[in-house]
Amino acid sequence: MSIFLEKRAQSSRLLSALAPLLAIILALLMGAIIIALSGTNPWEAYREMFVGAFGSGYALSETMVKTIPLILCSLGVGIAFRATLWNIGAEGQLYMGAFAAGGIALAFPQGQGWWLIPLMVLASLVGGALWGLIPGLLKAKLNVNEIITSLLLNYVAILWFQYWIYGPWKDPLGYGFPYTAPFGEGAWLPTLAGTRIHLGLAFAVLAALFLYFLLKSTRVGYEIRIIGENPQAARYAGMNIPGAILLVFAISGGLAGLAGMGEISGVIHRLQPAISPGFGYTAIIIAWLARFNPWLTIAVSFLFGGLLVGGYSLRAFGLSDSLVLILQGLILFLLLGGDILTRYRLRWKGGRA
Amino acid sequence: MTWDVVLATLAAAIKAGTPILYATLGEILAERTGILNLGLEGMMLIGALTGFLICSMTNNPWLGVLAAIISGGLLALIHAFLTITLRAQQVVSGLALTMFGMGLSGFIGKVVIGVPIAGYFRPFDFPFLSQIPFLGEVFFQQDALVYISYLLIPILSFWIYRTRPGLHMRAVGENPATADAMGISVAGIRYLYTFLGGCLAGLGGAYLSLAYTPVWLENMVAGRGWIAIALVIFASWDPFKALLGSYLFGLVDAVQFRAQALGLAVPSFFLNMTPYVATILVLVFATRETARRHLGAPAALGIPFAREEKT
Amino acid sequence: MNEKVRMEGIFKRFPGVIANDGVDLDIREGEIHALLGENGAGKTTLMCVLAGIYSPDAGTIRIDGEKALIRSPRDAIHAGIGMVHQHFMLVAPYSVAENVTLGLNKPRFLLNERKLEAEVGKVAQSFGIQVDPHAKIWQLSVGEQQRVEILKSLYRGAKILILDEPTAVLTPQEVRELFATLRQMAKAGHTLVIISHKLEEVMSLSDRISIMRKGKRIATVNTKDTNPTELARLMVGREMLFELHKEKATPGDEVLSFCNLHALSDKGLPALRDISLSVRSKEIVGIAGVAGNGQRELAEVITGLRSATSGKVLVNGKDVTNNSPRQVIDQGVAHIPEDRKGAGTAPNLCVLDNLMLKCYRVEPFKNGPLLNLGRIREFAAKLVKQFQISTPSLETPVKLLSGGNVQKLILAREIATFSELMIAVHPTRGLDVGATEDVHQMLLEQRSKGAAILLISEDLDELLALSDRIDVIYEGKFMGEVPADADQIETIGLMMAGKKGEIQQPVPAGIRAQA
Repeated sequence: MSIFLEKRAQSSRLLSALAPLLAIILALLMGAIIIALSGTNPWEAYREMFVGAFGSGYALSETMVKTIPLILCSLGVGIAFRATLWNIGAEGQLYMGAFAAGGIALAFPQGQGWWLIPLMVLASLVGGALWGLIPGLLKAKLNVNEIITSLLLNYVAILWFQYWIYGPWKDPLGYGFPYTAPFGEGAWLPTLAGTRIHLGLAFAVLAALFLYFLLKSTRVGYEIRIIGENPQAARYAGMNIPGAILLVFAISGGLAGLAGMGEISGVIHRLQPAISPGFGYTAIIIAWLARFNPWLTIAVSFLFGGLLVGGYSLRAFGLSDSLVLILQGLILFLLLGGDILTRYRLRWKGGRA
Repeated sequence: MTWDVVLATLAAAIKAGTPILYATLGEILAERTGILNLGLEGMMLIGALTGFLICSMTNNPWLGVLAAIISGGLLALIHAFLTITLRAQQVVSGLALTMFGMGLSGFIGKVVIGVPIAGYFRPFDFPFLSQIPFLGEVFFQQDALVYISYLLIPILSFWIYRTRPGLHMRAVGENPATADAMGISVAGIRYLYTFLGGCLAGLGGAYLSLAYTPVWLENMVAGRGWIAIALVIFASWDPFKALLGSYLFGLVDAVQFRAQALGLAVPSFFLNMTPYVATILVLVFATRETARRHLGAPAALGIPFAREEKT
Repeated sequence: MNEKVRMEGIFKRFPGVIANDGVDLDIREGEIHALLGENGAGKTTLMCVLAGIYSPDAGTIRIDGEKALIRSPRDAIHAGIGMVHQHFMLVAPYSVAENVTLGLNKPRFLLNERKLEAEVGKVAQSFGIQVDPHAKIWQLSVGEQQRVEILKSLYRGAKILILDEPTAVLTPQEVRELFATLRQMAKAGHTLVIISHKLEEVMSLSDRISIMRKGKRIATVNTKDTNPTELARLMVGREMLFELHKEKATPGDEVLSFCNLHALSDKGLPALRDISLSVRSKEIVGIAGVAGNGQRELAEVITGLRSATSGKVLVNGKDVTNNSPRQVIDQGVAHIPEDRKGAGTAPNLCVLDNLMLKCYRVEPFKNGPLLNLGRIREFAAKLVKQFQISTPSLETPVKLLSGGNVQKLILAREIATFSELMIAVHPTRGLDVGATEDVHQMLLEQRSKGAAILLISEDLDELLALSDRIDVIYEGKFMGEVPADADQIETIGLMMAGKKGEIQQPVPAGIRAQA
């Protein structure tokens, strides 16, 4: 007897909607087993995580703070997916965006002008986009696998970022700690009263709107969709594929860069060696879960923001927040499996069915 | 620089290249059958941790290596099930495997961070061969796992090109529909080599924690898995070229390390970038070369196979 | 004659289609049994069931009277069944000997190439099959590859050999050789099943014919008791009308011309060698040839998808050599690509998205950087109506349409957006009779409206019916030009095999198509 798959004529709508939910639930169950094996009561750990992420106004606002970079990075990864391009480099692009914006902020420590924030936004978009253009160019011009290059560039970007913090930009008054000087308040993104939720949220929503419009109503958006579905047809129709690849990587990187700007300007207010707990990697899962739909991306990002914030509460239990990474991996596994089951029927072959 | 320093650097290059070599060989096996496994980093991490844990419990590095091999293979089976049986997207599945491996190793490994172990692989002079001038010093004053990798290369090469199972394995990667029509079990072969690939990745990880730097550190693989994936392309799926590529990287690593030790004026951050930048450069040239000389990847790489589906 | 194979009540469903609807079939030992039917009638599916490629949802198979459980190709091989697929099942980088022995466990472990090749060569000789066991598959011609496929089955001791459309890729002369080999095999006691949709072929080769239509076996007849007209009626379910009304050509100005064109194939080998031709408005020029002789490359070079290494392409007197596809399209060149789902459409996207593939960037469908979706929708709705594309809605994904409707969609789009020149590559491949007729009508209509059409096809009947003159391509060179006249079929055949200017032989009645 063996399992085999039979293609469904049309993928099941109900299952497609339920699959992501089931994937998350099952992943939590499997995670529970791992927690239990480590000698902690999984129920309590999860309750702690949930309370830490969604249990209070403060918790919700903190989750929202983490949601902002996740939305931006996931939108970037998602638009690349739409063109069947893999941008695994959102993490590095985020750092490069933060580097560019941070450089501006440090250059104008007293800066109070209205222009400072827009300039930082622009710098982060350019910084991220340029970093994203490296794998983009290699892919478009030389057909080099963008998965590997974009990923390896993450390591390079972070080292570059850290060089400046440990070196030229180190705060002379920082007692040798690897921090830059704090930004002047003119370089701070305004926050929502009493919380740490910053203006980056508006950027994120605007970005989602922008992408939605781009894909639906513009010529280049149409080209991206065709290239993603069938590059051969795109070539046959005379579309400029290398150009579209560059554009997609620039947008993708720019959005991740903007996420980096949001982190340093809206939350941390200076540069430090680590500014992201892997937003760029989590974004890959979010983009996949949200099926590259800009609106769903916002919702799913909130969920994963909660997972991140909840993960911090685990430390109280003496558990490593690596659990979050495990859960993310599991969700992705189950989602992949579930995805297949919406398109295929599982059948047992043995006797006649 | 004296001659001694050169020899020591070359010997260090071999050592640094060995974990990458094992992982690259593993990936070659899987990709030869058409399965792209981007989870190398995760499997190496799990291998490194398992090897370290078992060794620290039993004080027997060989048991540690065995455990690492098995754990790497088991992890690869998740990928195999998703991509072969369920025909899932291979890229995403591999990424998930990497995340899962990172998370799990970080989660479990927390207890042994920085714990020293007594029994690990130490270099020893290989009888007779270590006496050869130059070559002996570079190649034959290494540890046992390095010697095993020397053996593995010709064995794998012979297996792939000169034997019936090797022929079948390559056929599955080139043209699964034909292999299937000829009565070869496409799924069976893909499972087998994906598993073996995971085993070798696990072994590569264990080399890091049991020989290279005998401690456990979170994320100690530090991108070597990704470098190995790039090297597979550089090596055009050939074990001997994988050896060349891995040692080249070992050399970059060794020189970088030595330059730091010598307190070279270049900040360590930039030296630390070199392996990644070098990988990207190598990938660019390998891709151009592959395109120019039409040394294709296995034709069915990354494509799921289903007998009854018309494409 | 004994009954060799009996298939009973074979039922096979694919998502959305019933490919075999309770088919019974018996095949006798030592006969050549033809399975005749239109594309999509279920012939190949039925034989794939027999060869273990597909497992049926219901039904039984008996071999030599005994119930056989065939659940994989391996089972089929054990039962003595071999199949030569339409797309050959060969591993291109491997040698003939390696391909022939693929999947066998002899030798079990070590490969001794020389010994293997000697053994394969010996077996080939014993069956009278000429092939070099040492050659790599990619070096062989299509005809030779087919021989390797046959040898592969025989080497495994197949007693029952199934051939799926074996003549589709051969020249008329190669077809004759193949038929001779097959007859010899039948005489030696092998049982042969030939899948075909060509009446003449079936009439001249087979002993018995089973006709399939829409997943069912309609009838089985003795070849000597039937005639093509009856077969055609059984196959299509109505009398076939192949009367195309073609006006006499009145060619106008030169629209397309290319001279001394050279280009490389994907493998980097010469695919086009010094070819020249011109096509004028109001005429259809056909390109005949066996697949893989440079047809694809020719279409790609003209449309800008492949670069020419030397030579010139002119459209309306303007040099477009090595222009981008976009520039060529802007010159008013339409292209019906070889591969409908591979290049012609994005199957997952909807009818609307696919209809706008070429017009989205021109007035009035663009609006600055935006799309004028209202206009595009009007335009698409008009095309769907005008070209009778049957689709539930404009939002239906193209993958859910039938092959004929996809082709109509492509034609509609191309006709609507081009002005003067059309490159049509295998425009009716895989379509049923009705859709084929529609496509032919559309092409002729464009011709009388003043278009210049370059028609690349493997189907000689189609070329003869539509073209005004025919050029034959062989290994990237033009062998010569003949008027599109049925009397020329033998000459065309010789040219397709690379022979130029040989004495015309009288045309055997069996090959001259009447249907």
